[in-house]
Amino acid sequence: MDFGLTLEQRQFDDSLRAFLADRLPMERLRALAEPGTGYDESLWRSLVELGLHGLLIPERFGGAGLGVLDAALAAEALGHAAAPVPFVGNVVMATQAFINSATEAQQDEYLPLIAGGDCRFAVALPSLAGQTGSASIAMSGGRLSGNLVAVADAGAATHFLVYLPDGHAAVVPADASGVSSRMRRSVDRTRPVADVSFDAAPAERLDAANAPLVAAHKVLDAGRVVLAADTLGAAQRMLDSAVAFAKERVQFGRVIGSFQGLKHTLAECVTVLEPCRGMVWYAAYAQDALPEEARLTACHTKAHLGDIGRDIARLATEIHGGMGFTDLLGLHYWFKRISFNRQMLGGPERCREEAADLQGWKLQA
Amino acid sequence: MDLKLSEPYQALQAEIRAFIREHGDKSPKVGGGRKRPDLKSLDWQKRLVEHGYAGRTIPKEYGGFGAAPDVMAAAVIASEFARANVYAGLTNQGISMLVPTLLEVGTEEQKRQYVGPTIRGDLIWCQGYSEPGNGSDLANAQTKAELRDGNWIVNGQKIWTSSAHYADMMFLLCRTEPDKPKHDGLSYLLLSMQSPGLEARPLKTMTGRSEFNEVFFTDVKVPETQIVLGRGKGWYVANVTLKHERLMIGDAGKMTARLEQLITLLQTSEIGGVKLIGIAEYRDRLLRLQGEVIAWKAHNLRLLTEAAQGIDSGVKRMIVKYGGTMLGFRLSSLAVDAFGAAGLPYESLGEDAEDDDATTWNIDYMYDVGLMIGGGSTNIQKNIIAERGLDLPREPKVVGRA
Repeated sequence: MDFGLTLEQRQFDDSLRAFLADRLPMERLRALAEPGTGYDESLWRSLVELGLHGLLIPERFGGAGLGVLDAALAAEALGHAAAPVPFVGNVVMATQAFINSATEAQQDEYLPLIAGGDCRFAVALPSLAGQTGSASIAMSGGRLSGNLVAVADAGAATHFLVYLPDGHAAVVPADASGVSSRMRRSVDRTRPVADVSFDAAPAERLDAANAPLVAAHKVLDAGRVVLAADTLGAAQRMLDSAVAFAKERVQFGRVIGSFQGLKHTLAECVTVLEPCRGMVWYAAYAQDALPEEARLTACHTKAHLGDIGRDIARLATEIHGGMGFTDLLGLHYWFKRISFNRQMLGGPERCREEAADLQGWKLQA
Repeated sequence: MDLKLSEPYQALQAEIRAFIREHGDKSPKVGGGRKRPDLKSLDWQKRLVEHGYAGRTIPKEYGGFGAAPDVMAAAVIASEFARANVYAGLTNQGISMLVPTLLEVGTEEQKRQYVGPTIRGDLIWCQGYSEPGNGSDLANAQTKAELRDGNWIVNGQKIWTSSAHYADMMFLLCRTEPDKPKHDGLSYLLLSMQSPGLEARPLKTMTGRSEFNEVFFTDVKVPETQIVLGRGKGWYVANVTLKHERLMIGDAGKMTARLEQLITLLQTSEIGGVKLIGIAEYRDRLLRLQGEVIAWKAHNLRLLTEAAQGIDSGVKRMIVKYGGTMLGFRLSSLAVDAFGAAGLPYESLGEDAEDDDATTWNIDYMYDVGLMIGGGSTNIQKNIIAERGLDLPREPKVVGRA
């Protein structure tokens, strides 16, 4: 038994983090937040070279054939850098959807495109994920109709992958007739959401799964775990920043980190955040290796990181004092990233409700 | 990451299962600790030591099984016994704290004399650390020992001494070098609880039980050789011991067991014919705790792996005592709330008999508060996490007498 990372995983993590630190200094992040598409062509292409896009894609389609744990580690690094990259939808969820629900021909067509960074999927699972906001989607005769709100990773999407309530998914090119997408700046200025409407848009169904709902849940669960990992990275960044600030800032003739009030707050943060790392690793590993625990751990991990992330985001901001509240310091990019992740693919309440259902804990009115 | 057991551990697992099939009926009842082991427990403990399920890594010459240190093996053993609901052996301060300390810093003679009887349960120890004036500031211990004619003469008082009323021996932190700075003036002595001049008075706690004692020393004679590591080394030795205590308290197995009991409790308790698990407010609290326990178990697996690789886990280990006692308390809190008004009758039968479930949970609920205070209180833990784990500056020293 070995509950840890391999040398290869640590090396990939180191190189990804070093790359992101180099490419995304604060002024660059600010510049990318301005148009707010959540996408930067040169960053995207460089990440292709690092092999990020093909992490989960089998080798025969040009990927690395790795697992959800590897994707979670990458997400943690992206969250740490607040990187505007449509990662969860394209690299994780769309890839999982093609692996679990597509025919060999569909996999042949799309997976190499994803691995090469030549398409960008935005994924919507309106009824399954339990996001708030109205959504109505129906498919008939190979055409998709309906409306979606707050679709993530859609700022520069080339394709939409839309789940129907029965667990079947449909692929629609973003430039197909009948598709209209309106980008909305979100609370996280580095990542927009989109309201998308389909008016008899031509769509291709992914029909190869024997149990479409089960396959759809695998996509959702992987997405939730990876979002939780992103939150973990962002929260760790905020906490590290607060610790560093507490060692520098002097008030009343003392470094503020010598005051017990701050020490205890920071100790509290570490105590709740550090076990989250093990939790994310465990849940990510479970997606590939422990199928009987995959759904429950995904629900709990998404919910728990949503709550812990919120606490860390607030406390770390407070510790930075007035500067933490200003735009100047830029700490708010991580605060907002954590807020965004919390609401996507179902908030903590929804995820815990699903966890209860999985265990047969039904409410009795 | 690979959570499957490799071949040697699968073999160990099979061997334990066979042992439990053959001998399991002789196991004493799980739980109900905090008292002197009876004959059945002692007999069981000897069987465990003989097979290497207790005292596994203790060298043979000191009465153990002599296996190489292997945290994975320890984890497999713990989980197999828990799974079969069979008693996994004695846990007390002698076994968990003194034995590893002696193995690390004791003399050959001390190891030969004390380790074997302690792991077999024949010798029960208590810990003489805290004093009425020094709770959290352990290094400020004032109980003094002077060397006269080949004996340490001990005078002073200890408090919060668990199991002193039935212990055979005590490991004692006392001041032997009054002229030296406080941390350098302490020594660590081993003494008999039968020593003339030593008196243990049970101290009733908020649970209504006497889990602790006050211990008074009046010219208690301790042979000079009963010192561990040497004069002025007491603070170092005490820290070796505390390291083992803090790990003991954050046990993930206890959290898992408590969560399982809580789930059953909420599935069986009712208000007006509705099961608590079907009431949103109770269910939500249970779900939050389930998430926390999953995180805690994963954290434990991470620590276990690092320990097996000889890595010092640093701040990850420092959070265990604080995080573990808080989680334990939140779990027992929900249980107490699930019993509600019907669980208020509190008629503890003491150490001699088994209490009803509501009383047992109420005892745990209160005892958990004691755990937050003992062994380095919550606020001290937070200082340790911040200062040693995050490298924040220490509190400025108050000018004047320490």
